[in-house]
Amino acid sequence: MLVDIKLNGKSVKADIAADMTLYEFVREHGCYSVKCGCETSNCGLCTVFLNDKPVLSCSVLAARADKCNVTTLEGLQEEASEFVTFIADQGAEQCGFCNPGFVMNALALFRENPYPDEDEIKEFLSGNLCRCSGYEGQLRGIMNFLEAKKAKEAE
Amino acid sequence: MKSVNKAIRKKDAMELLLGKPVYTDDIAPKDCLVVKLLRSPYANAFVKNINTDIAMKVPGIEAIFTYKDVDQNMKRFTCAGQTYPEPSPYDRLILDKHVRFIGDPVAIVAGADERCVDKAMKLIKTEYEVLEPVLDFTKAKDNKVLVHPEDNWEALCPVGADNKRNLCAHDESSNGDIDKVLDECDIVIDRTYHTKACQQSMMETFRTFCTIDTYGRLHVVSSTQIVFHCRRIISHALGISPSKIRVTKPRIGGGFGAKQTSVSEIYPAFVTWKTKKPSKIIFSREESLSASSPRHEMQMHVRLGATKDGIVKGIDLYTLSNTGAYGEHGPTTVGLSGHKSIPLYGKAEAFRFVSDVVYTNIMSAGAYRGYGATQGLFAVESAVNELADRLHMDPFELRFKNIVKEGDVMPAYYGQVNTSCALDRCLAKVKEMIKWDEKYPMRKISDTKARFVGMGMAMQGSGISGVDVGSATLKLNDEGVYTMNIGAADMGTGCDTILAQIAAEVLECSTDDISVFGADTDISPYDSGSYASSTTYVTGKAVEKCALELRDRIEKLGAKMIGCDKCDVTFDGKKVICESGENKDKCVTLADIATASMCGNDIALSVTNTHTSPISPPPFMVGAAEVEVDLLTGESRVVEYDACVDCGTPVNPNLARVQAEGGILQGIGMTMSENITYSDKGKLYENSFLQYKIPSRMDIGHINVEFESSYENAGPFGAKSIGEVVINTPLPAITDALSHAAGKRFYELPITPDQIAMARINDN
Repeated sequence: MLVDIKLNGKSVKADIAADMTLYEFVREHGCYSVKCGCETSNCGLCTVFLNDKPVLSCSVLAARADKCNVTTLEGLQEEASEFVTFIADQGAEQCGFCNPGFVMNALALFRENPYPDEDEIKEFLSGNLCRCSGYEGQLRGIMNFLEAKKAKEAE
Repeated sequence: MKSVNKAIRKKDAMELLLGKPVYTDDIAPKDCLVVKLLRSPYANAFVKNINTDIAMKVPGIEAIFTYKDVDQNMKRFTCAGQTYPEPSPYDRLILDKHVRFIGDPVAIVAGADERCVDKAMKLIKTEYEVLEPVLDFTKAKDNKVLVHPEDNWEALCPVGADNKRNLCAHDESSNGDIDKVLDECDIVIDRTYHTKACQQSMMETFRTFCTIDTYGRLHVVSSTQIVFHCRRIISHALGISPSKIRVTKPRIGGGFGAKQTSVSEIYPAFVTWKTKKPSKIIFSREESLSASSPRHEMQMHVRLGATKDGIVKGIDLYTLSNTGAYGEHGPTTVGLSGHKSIPLYGKAEAFRFVSDVVYTNIMSAGAYRGYGATQGLFAVESAVNELADRLHMDPFELRFKNIVKEGDVMPAYYGQVNTSCALDRCLAKVKEMIKWDEKYPMRKISDTKARFVGMGMAMQGSGISGVDVGSATLKLNDEGVYTMNIGAADMGTGCDTILAQIAAEVLECSTDDISVFGADTDISPYDSGSYASSTTYVTGKAVEKCALELRDRIEKLGAKMIGCDKCDVTFDGKKVICESGENKDKCVTLADIATASMCGNDIALSVTNTHTSPISPPPFMVGAAEVEVDLLTGESRVVEYDACVDCGTPVNPNLARVQAEGGILQGIGMTMSENITYSDKGKLYENSFLQYKIPSRMDIGHINVEFESSYENAGPFGAKSIGEVVINTPLPAITDALSHAAGKRFYELPITPDQIAMARINDN
C-alpha cells in the first residue's frame, strides 16, 4: 500500500506491506536512533512522536502514520542537545541503547509539563526501561536540567 | 591526581544520547542475508528427519542448513568466552542431531528478508524422536537420562566433569576440620537456599553480522564482550583457522556477562562462510530470554556455626549448580558461590566447600554479573541474618564482630592475603546512611503498611588471577595527541573513558587528548575481554605501564632533539625540558616531538604493554534496604537502598556510582520480581518482558551510594573492580527485611507479594 508520511519534516512516499510496523518504517528510512528492545511494548526503546505524541513504534502499523507527522530523535537533535548534557554529566547514559527512547519521552514530558516533580517524572517515564543505570542517574540528570532551566528563566 | 578519581563525561556520551548509529544493526550492510534459527519444540529429542525442499522454494531464500551440513563426529566446542583451554566442556556443535532443550537450533535459515525467512521456517518439515528429558536439577546427577551421551563430548580441563553422570563439574576444597568445628559450635544454621536462572536482560539483544573482507577472510562484527575468545570459538565451530577470522565489536547495548558467551556469532558466521555473502542475525527478545546464557540456577546447602556471642567459627557449603543443556561457564561460576562468600568471615576456623554442576534439558546458563558469588552470598549472608535473629543480635553488630580485615589471610579465597579492605568502614557508613538504629527491624507507617530493613555484605574479585591478560597500545600522533588501542570491550561501562583517564594521569594530559579504539582482533593488542571484573584492574594496569613506557620514549626523543642526555630531561605533559647541564632550560614541545617522530626518526613513539595479576583483590560492599510492605496484600517496594562500596580508588566516581546503582537495581529485580518457571515439558514461561519483570523506575524509591576506598597497591592508582560486586547485596538484605515482614524466613528467590501475604495469613 502507498503511504505518505512526514518523517522529521520531510515527506516520504513509500509502497509498504500492510503489516509493516512504524518501527520498521523509520529504520528503513535511515532513522537508526529508534531501537527495539522487546517487541511487546514493554520497554519504551522504540518511542517516536506520531503527530507530536509519543507512541511505541513497534506496536503501531506504519499505515496508521499515513498523512501524519512522525518525529524521531534525528529530527529533535537541537531540542535534545541541551537536556542530554545533564544525563552525560551523570554518566547515566551507560550503554546508550535505551537513550533515544528515554530522551524522546523526556522531551514529550517537558513539552507537556515544563516543571514536573519527581513523582510525575517517574510516572511519565515508567514505560522507559533501562537495565544499566538503576534510573537514579537519569533522575539526577533530569532534576539538574530542570533546575538549570528554572535558573535561566529567572534571569 | 588530575584525571584519575575525576567524574569525567564518558567519551561516547553525546553520540549515544543523541541516538547516533553506532550499534551492530545500525552499521550492518543493507544487503545482509537475514539469518534466523528454527528451534526445537522438545527438551530432549533426536532429529529423525528434516526436509527443507519446500522451504527452499520460497522466493528469496538463500540457504537452509541442518545437522546434515555439520559433521556430527567433529570435535565439539564451547561457546564460553574463557581463556584457552576453557574449563567449560566441549559439548556443542553448530547444529546437532540431538537437541537438548526447547529452543536448541534445528536449522539455520538465511534469506533476502525477514518475511521470506519467516515463511520458509514454517515450511521446514521436521520429524523428531522425542526422548524423556531431565528437568529437575536435583535429580540430574547419575540420572538414567543423559543430556550428553555422545562420545565426542570432551572436558579439556580437570574440572571433575563426567558426561556419563550428567556432571559438568565437581570440586571440593576445605581448610581445618569443619565437622569438628561445627560440632563444637553453640548454634548451627543449617539451611538450603535456591536462586533461579535470572536473565541479564541487556536492552540490546544478541546480534551479529558477517562479511567477507578484501582478503577472503570472515569479518564478524558482533555485540560481544570477548572479541578474541570469539575468534577462537568461531574457528572451532566452523573448523577453519583463526587466521581466516576477524572479530570487531562496535558499541554494545549492554552485556552484564550475557555477551561473554558466543550466543549469536556462530550462526551468521557459518552462513557467510558457506555462501560468501553478508548476513546478520538479530535475536528477538523471546530468543534472548529463552535460548541464551542466563545465571546458573543454584541450590546451596549452608551449615554455618557460631558461638553464642556471635563469632562465626565455620562455614560448610554445598552448591548444586544447574548449567542446563550446555556447560558454558558451568565449572567456573559455581566456584565463586563459596570462594567469594565464605572469606567475608575472617574469624572462621574451618570451611568446606563442595560443588556439583549438572546438565539438564533446559537452556544453557552462562555468565551474569556476580558469576556465582551472587548466589553464594545470598545463601551465606541470609544464613548470617538468620543467625542474628536466633541470637537476638543486631545484624550489623554481628558483622562487625566477624568481618575479614586488611592483612588477613583468606583460606577460602585460595589463601590470598586481603591486600586492601575498607569493609569495616563500609559497614559503619551504611549503618549511618540508612539510620539503622532508628529503623531496625521495622517501623509501622499506617494500619496496613510497615517498613522493614535488612542488610548484607558482598565481595567479588578483580580479574582472574594468573589468567586474565590486559593490553594497551598507545601512540603519539600529530600535534601531540594520543590514540589508545585496547582489546577490552566498553559495553556501556565506560572503560574507554576510564582507561583513557589512567593514561592521561601518567601522560599528564587531558583525557580529551586520548582517542580510544576497541576492540578488533586484527588491530587491538590481546585482551582476555571485559569480564570477571578485570578491565579497570588488569587492563587499567596495562594502560598505566604502557603510558609510563611511552613517557620514557617521549623523553628519549625529546632529549635527542635538545641534544642532551635522557637522564637530564623531564616531561610535564606538554614539553620535554632539560633540567641540567649546558642545555639547561632548553625545551621541545610535545607537538614538535610528534612532528620530529615522523621525519628521520628511529625511536618508536608507539608502545604496547601487557599486564596480568597474580592476585585478584576483592572489592567489598555493604548494602541495606528499607522495604515498604502492605501488610494485607504483601505488595512490597524498596523505598530506600543505601550502599557503600570499597572498589579501591574509583577511577571515575560518576561511572562507579552508576555501576553501583544499576547493579543494585538488578539485584533488587532478582530478589523481588524476576522469576523463571518452566512447564512440565521444560518450556520457559517467562519468555518476554510481559512475564519477565525487570524493575521499572516505579519499582524503586531511591538508591544512595557512597564510597569508602581502600588503596590497592597492585591496581592502577589504587583501583580494584566495581562492575560485579554491586549486584550482590540486595538479595540477602531484602530477603531479611521481607522475612521479618512475613514472619517466616524465605530461602528461595524471588519473593513475591503472594508469598508474603500467604505467610502472614498462615501466621495469624
